[in-house]
Amino acid sequence: MSPSDNQASLYAAREPVFPRRVSGKFRFLKWWIMLATLGVYYLTPWIRWDRGENLPDQAILVDLAGRRFFFFWIEIWPHEFYFIAGLLIMAGLGLFLFTSALGRVWCGYACPQTVWTDLFILVERWVEGDRNARVRLWKAKWDFRKWRLRIAKWFIWVLIGLATGGAWVFYFTDAPGLLADLLTFNAHPIAYTTIAFLTLTTVLFGGFAREQICIYMCPWPRIQAAMMDQDTLTVAYRSWRGEPRGKHRKAAGADQLGDCIDCSACVNVCPVGIDIREGQQLECITCALCIDACDDVMDKIGKPRGLIDYMALTDETAEKAGKEPKKVWKHVLRPRTILYTALWSLVGFGLVFALFIRPEIDLSVAPVRNPLFVTMSDGSIRNAYDVRLLNKHGDDRVFEMTVSSQTQLTIRLEGSEDGKSVLVPADDTLFQRVYVIAPPENAAANSKITELRFWVRDTVNDERAFTNSVFHGSGR
Amino acid sequence: MSKKPEQQEVETTGHSWDGIEELNNPLPRWWVWTFYATIIWGILYMIAYPAWPLINGATRGVLGFSTRAEVAADIQAVAKANAAIEAKLAAADLTTMSADTELQNYAVNAGGAVFRTNCSQCHGSGAAGAKGYPNLLDDDWLWGGDIEAIAYTIRHGVRNDTDDAHYSEMSAFGEFLEDVEITQVVNHVMSLTGQEHDAGLAATGAAVFEENCASCHMEDGSGDRDQGAPNLTDAIWLYGGDAETITATITNGRFGVMPAWGPRLSDAQVNAVAAYVHQLGGGE
Repeated sequence: MSPSDNQASLYAAREPVFPRRVSGKFRFLKWWIMLATLGVYYLTPWIRWDRGENLPDQAILVDLAGRRFFFFWIEIWPHEFYFIAGLLIMAGLGLFLFTSALGRVWCGYACPQTVWTDLFILVERWVEGDRNARVRLWKAKWDFRKWRLRIAKWFIWVLIGLATGGAWVFYFTDAPGLLADLLTFNAHPIAYTTIAFLTLTTVLFGGFAREQICIYMCPWPRIQAAMMDQDTLTVAYRSWRGEPRGKHRKAAGADQLGDCIDCSACVNVCPVGIDIREGQQLECITCALCIDACDDVMDKIGKPRGLIDYMALTDETAEKAGKEPKKVWKHVLRPRTILYTALWSLVGFGLVFALFIRPEIDLSVAPVRNPLFVTMSDGSIRNAYDVRLLNKHGDDRVFEMTVSSQTQLTIRLEGSEDGKSVLVPADDTLFQRVYVIAPPENAAANSKITELRFWVRDTVNDERAFTNSVFHGSGR
Repeated sequence: MSKKPEQQEVETTGHSWDGIEELNNPLPRWWVWTFYATIIWGILYMIAYPAWPLINGATRGVLGFSTRAEVAADIQAVAKANAAIEAKLAAADLTTMSADTELQNYAVNAGGAVFRTNCSQCHGSGAAGAKGYPNLLDDDWLWGGDIEAIAYTIRHGVRNDTDDAHYSEMSAFGEFLEDVEITQVVNHVMSLTGQEHDAGLAATGAAVFEENCASCHMEDGSGDRDQGAPNLTDAIWLYGGDAETITATITNGRFGVMPAWGPRLSDAQVNAVAAYVHQLGGGE
């Protein structure tokens, strides 16, 4: 190898990929998945959900300023972030489950990068034509026609990007109001910046970068590789059936050839530009379009389908040895996948359980430590506490606070008329200074630390909550 | 035309572990361009923003960005936003101020900040005071504990050189009384709060107390707020309630000073601190 070759191989230009149109059962499935995922993404912010007058009526809303997350009838406060963490854990375990059973099925069917790239290729095909026309156009000079087609394509891409970025911001503010603001140029600059940024990334990733994202940027393929084993179903080529491949079926010696007629149909439809016949490759997102393409060809030449098929490594070994491959359910139902399913369900049940035992009112108490206690003129000892009262109801509630301990202590809420009740605004927290007083001869006044329990009671429905704290005495 | 889909040999780095060879695939060209773009970005950033440390500072950057200026602008913006409520606070009637929740909240928060900056050195950041410096959390007040009285004390101070300051003086009674008389008074004072004392000494001490101390501390020892004379019958002691400390107090006198804050703080700030101190738990 000459030095100049070495120089040239330091970096390489992207090989353009022009996936050909294909139809078949996997393509059909992928169209429906695309319709469903894009539909969910674009339409969800417009679903309304009546929560009463004090709360927003958007079914799914991430209210960053108010620090609330609304999901239909569920409202998540910042201190309940473990629900989000739990959902992320479930998403992770779900991905483990699907990867160990079906390989990179997430990448091939549901990943936004794949779905949007599919959509962008659809537009590209609609504007510029199918594979051969696109290859011709790519090689053509930049004349009027090429400019016209390119600009038309880019224009539609940008529109899709705008809709994508636009839909994103609707998850964070009331969608109809924000749309009106956006159109009249009254929306917050952050909304426009976000839309512009997401438009840019959508067009860049879906239109131009495409498989480069999966190959060079995304960490998932590398992690997923560690979760696949010999029983994982992936897209593979039955080389023992297809090889030796050959085009010329009427030439001499054609009876020695395998089923592969080397028509390149599988290569031409591949969105990442690989040849599945070379075996499993890191670029492959298992979108299964090559299966559709090859099945189509097999039908035409009167050979059985499945030259390219979903297959596990054990099947490959078995078939090569002339044995029957395992049934599909045996690949899917294995200790590993059952364990992932069990873990996934466990977290899921835990979250649902936590959701049901979640209190509607709550309190947190921080004893004031500077100073630990105050001696009053009559010799009684007073402790102060910074209390935060939570009212998750959609209306204002009057809360009543009491304190219980082994000795008789008096509670007084700063600024409260009767010393024990306070109005907590709807869907909000209230910061309340609370005093607990021990009379001079009280055991709590004279010992160092006495345990006590704060109770809060919702005067409307009698719901109660408590939290434990301590009382500091003079310790004499 | 399109490359033939056949096995292409990729160069290896020559490294091999257990027969697994490391391929030497080329970097994508866009990656290299991105790398160059970050370098250009870095250079432009250094030109635009403060970047290079010099002996007396740093390069300023052509955009003239400065975090100090940004903070100053932020402070100015906040001051501007608060101008209306500050004016309201300065003119507020203290006794009725707490009815206006917004003004009261503002005053208490602002007062807390002023307190921690100016008052906490003596009274403590938690306002619990120290020996000789009154605890502001309790319900015992030397010069009055309603909000107007608190505001007056803040504005004019105690025993300083200004004309309107609270003034009183506890003499050093060691100059007038015999040691035994002082011991008698100490026992009398301790009897007022039910502490351990000698009943005989206390009985004679009562007469000495009536003669020398009652003019300020009252006959029953309950003190006089007009003179800033402490109540000797409660559980709170400014300097300490043990025999030794009371003896020292009587012998040498006490002369606690508090500066007048009127000349140093604005009216709004004085009102804010008064509101803050008043709501600490002992306000009357």
